[in-house]
Amino acid sequence: METLASLLHTSPATAWMAVKVLMAFGLIMGIAPPLTWAERRGSAMIQDRIGPNRAALFGKIRILGLVQALADGVKFFFKEDLVPPHANKRLFWLAPLLAFVPAMLGFAVIPMGRSFLSGGTEYHLSLLDPGNGMGMLFPMAVGAMAVYGILVAAWSSNNKWAILGGMRASAQMVSYEVGLSLAVIAIFMVTGGYDPHEIVKAQQGTFLGVLPNWYVFRQPFGFLVFFVCMFAEANRLPFDFAEGESEIVAGFHIEYGSMKFALIGLAEYGHILGASALITTMYLGGWGIPFVADHGQIPVIVTFLVFLTKVIALCLVFIWVRWTLPRFRYDQLMNLGWKKLLPISMANLLYFAYRMRG
Amino acid sequence: MNPAAPFLPVLILIALASVVAVAILALSGWLLPKLKPNNPQDAKLLPFECGVPPVQEGARHRYSVKFYLVAMLFILFDVEAAFLLPWAVTYKAHAWTFWAMLSFMATLLVGFIYAWGKGALDWER
Amino acid sequence: MFKNEEMEINLGPQHPSTHGVLRVKLRLDGETVTHCEPIIGYLHRGVEKICEDKTFFQGQVWTDRMDYVAAISNNLGWAESIEKLFGIEVPRRARYIRTMLTELNRISSHLLWLGTHALDIGAMTVFLYAFREREQILDLFEAFCGARLTTTAFRIGGLREDLPPGFLKQAQAFQDRFLACVDEYETLLTENRIWKKRTVGVAPISAEDCIAYGVTGPVLRAAGVAFDIRKAFPYAAYDEMEFDVPTATAADTYARYQVRVEEMRQSHRIVQQCIDKLPEGPVMAKLPKVLKSEVGEVYHAIEAPKGELGYYLVGEKGSGNPYRFHVRAPSFVNLQALPKMTEGKLLADVIAAIGTLDVVLGEVDR
Repeated sequence: METLASLLHTSPATAWMAVKVLMAFGLIMGIAPPLTWAERRGSAMIQDRIGPNRAALFGKIRILGLVQALADGVKFFFKEDLVPPHANKRLFWLAPLLAFVPAMLGFAVIPMGRSFLSGGTEYHLSLLDPGNGMGMLFPMAVGAMAVYGILVAAWSSNNKWAILGGMRASAQMVSYEVGLSLAVIAIFMVTGGYDPHEIVKAQQGTFLGVLPNWYVFRQPFGFLVFFVCMFAEANRLPFDFAEGESEIVAGFHIEYGSMKFALIGLAEYGHILGASALITTMYLGGWGIPFVADHGQIPVIVTFLVFLTKVIALCLVFIWVRWTLPRFRYDQLMNLGWKKLLPISMANLLYFAYRMRG
Repeated sequence: MNPAAPFLPVLILIALASVVAVAILALSGWLLPKLKPNNPQDAKLLPFECGVPPVQEGARHRYSVKFYLVAMLFILFDVEAAFLLPWAVTYKAHAWTFWAMLSFMATLLVGFIYAWGKGALDWER
Repeated sequence: MFKNEEMEINLGPQHPSTHGVLRVKLRLDGETVTHCEPIIGYLHRGVEKICEDKTFFQGQVWTDRMDYVAAISNNLGWAESIEKLFGIEVPRRARYIRTMLTELNRISSHLLWLGTHALDIGAMTVFLYAFREREQILDLFEAFCGARLTTTAFRIGGLREDLPPGFLKQAQAFQDRFLACVDEYETLLTENRIWKKRTVGVAPISAEDCIAYGVTGPVLRAAGVAFDIRKAFPYAAYDEMEFDVPTATAADTYARYQVRVEEMRQSHRIVQQCIDKLPEGPVMAKLPKVLKSEVGEVYHAIEAPKGELGYYLVGEKGSGNPYRFHVRAPSFVNLQALPKMTEGKLLADVIAAIGTLDVVLGEVDR
C-alpha cells in the first residue's frame, strides 16, 4: 500500500480510498455486462438451445459468445435516440440516471474481503469503515431509492403502459419493504449492530457442529423473507411487474431506446449484483469461508474470491429462477407480502427477541 | 475529525456513478447523434399503444390507485421498523426491554389483525 | 369520494400476447377491467369469398391459411365436406392416415398453445420445450407432404400419395418419447404454485354461458360438457378408435390447461392405434378429373384443436366451384366469450384469458 501511495504521491489512506471506490464501482460495471451474457447463455442452457455465439472480434475471437455483450453495447450507442414529443423531456433524460446511480451503490458498504493490517494501519475492504453507526442501513435506504428511477421514467414517458408499470412498481414497493425490514432487524438484533463487518464476523465458525454458522441456517425464515423480497427489489421474475413484457409490453421503459435504455438495463443487473451481495453479507457469511472461525491467517485475496464466488453463485440463482417460474399477478404479491411474509418475519423477530431476553 | 469523513468514499462513489452516467448519456445524446440514424416520423413519435393511435389522449389522468389503503398501512409499518431499528442494536445490552418492545409490537399487531380482518389488506377495498 | 377516470387502452394489435393481431380495447379502472371489446379484422383476407372463385381442388390451399397452426385439421374439414357433397367414399387406409395426421396436428397445435400460454403468464422455458416436440411433428408433416405449416395435405377422395417410406418408423420414434415430454411440461407447471395462482379460478365461464355463446372445444369440455364431435358425429376413422374425452368441471383457466394436456395424451393414443392398425389398400377413391356439382348444400363439422370447425358449402349445378362457402371458425366463436370472462378482473387475467381461449387470428378474421 505504501509503495502504491508513494508512487501516486498521496497518503496511503487516500490511495486506499481510491482503490476501494474503484473496486466497488468497477465490480458492478465489470460484472454486469458478463452477467447479461450469463443470462442469455444460462437461459439457453435451461431452454435447450445454444444462445448467442455469433458475435466475434476480428472475425475470430468469440469466447463462447461473450463478445456479444460488447456488440450489444456498441449497438446501443448507435441506436436512434428518440425522445417522444409527448414526454416530459427533462425527466425523461433524468430517469435513467436515477435508475443507474442507486444500482451502482450496491457494493458500497459491503465488506468484500477480510480487513488487514499494513504498516500499522488497518485497512478495510469496504467503503465504510466499521463503527460509523450507518452500516447496513445504507443499502436498505439506497435499495428503496431505486423505485424513483422507475416512477420518473414511467411518469415522464406519458404512455399508458408506462404509467401502469410505474403504478405496479409502487404497489410492489409497499408490499415487500415492511417484511424486508423486519427480517433484517432480527439480524441486527442478534448481531447487536448494523455494521456489516460485525455481521460477517458473527457468522464465522460452525453452527450445531455440522453447518456453517451462517444466518441462513440460524434464521431460515428470516432468510426466506429476505430472499423473496430481494427478488422483488431487483425487479426480477416472478416479480417483474413493472416490466411484465407479456402484459404491459415493457412497462416503465416502453418509450426508451438507445443508451438511455441501456442504462436502465445495466441498472437492473446492478440491482441483481447488489441484491446478491446483500444476501451474501447478511445470510451467507459474507467473505467468510464456511466452518472457519479465525480468518487471521487466510490471505485477503482468498476471502475476496470467496465473497465473489458467493455473489456470482447467487446471481446465477437469480437467472435460474427467472427462466423457471411464471409471474405472479400483482395483487397476489400484495397478499404474499402482507399476509405471508410480514407475519413470518414478525414471528421470526419476536422469537429471536424472546430467546435473547434477560 | 469531521463527522462526515467516514462517508467520503460513499460520496465519491455516488459522484463517480453520476459522472459516468451523465457521460454515457452525453456521449449518446450529444456527441454521437451525427453518427446515428435520426428520422422521427409521425407514427414513430406517437406514444406506443400496440401499433394503433391511442384511444384516449395522453396518459396522465386521474388514476385509480386500488392499493392506497395498503400504502397507508405501509407508512405505519415502515415507521414501526424505523422505531425498532435503534432498539434492536442496543437490545443485547439491555435485554430486559423485551417486554417493553413487545407491548409496542402488540399494539401494532392488534392493529394489523384488525386491518386484516376488516379486509383492508384485500385487493380493491 | 374522489372521482376516478377510467383509462382506455388498446391491447394489441401489436402486443406480445395477443397471439397475432387481435386488438382488445380495454377500459381500465386502475388495473381492473371494466369493459373489454375485442376488435378483429386485421388479418381479413376474404378466404370464404375467394374460395367461391376457386375449384373444389384449389380451395384447400386457402383453408391452410385459416388456422395456420392446425392446417391439417382445416384440410380434413374441407376434403370431407366436399366428399360429403359429392357422396365420395374414401378408402379405409386413407381415412386412417388422415386421422393419424390430424391427431398429430392436434398435438402440435396444443403444444403451441401450451408454450405461448405459459409464456404469457411468464414461464418462459416451457415454450422452447414445447417447440422441441412440435418440430418433430412438423418434420413428420414435411416427410408426408413437403410442407411444414401450410400443408394442403389431402386430396378430395383420399390422399395424393401413400405414406413415404420410413414414415411410420419416424412417427413411432416420436410416439415413443412424447408421453415423457408431456410429463416434463407437467412437472414445470401442473403443481407449480405460481402457475396455479395465476390460473385457478381465472377467466371462468360456465357451461350455460359456453353453450349460449356457442363456445366449443376444450373450453366447453373444461366446463364439464363432454361434447366432442369425434365422438358425437364420428368422421374419418374415429369410429374405429378408442379414446376418452377429457373433461373438467372447474371451468377456469387451470381446468382448460388440464383438459388440453390430457387431450395431448389421448391424441397420442389415437395416433398409436392408427400406426398399429393401419390397413392395407388404396389411398385414393376413383374420381372424375373435374368435379361438377349438383345443387345441394352440406354442413360438415370436425373437431379442430380449437373447437367445432364447420364448413358450409352450397353447390351450383354444373359448376366446379362452391356457390357459397362459409366457415364456422371455432376461434371466432370462442373469442366472443372474452368480455364475459374478463370484465371485472385484472389486466393480467385478460392475458391469461386470451391465452386460454387459444385463438388463432388467421381463423378469426379469415
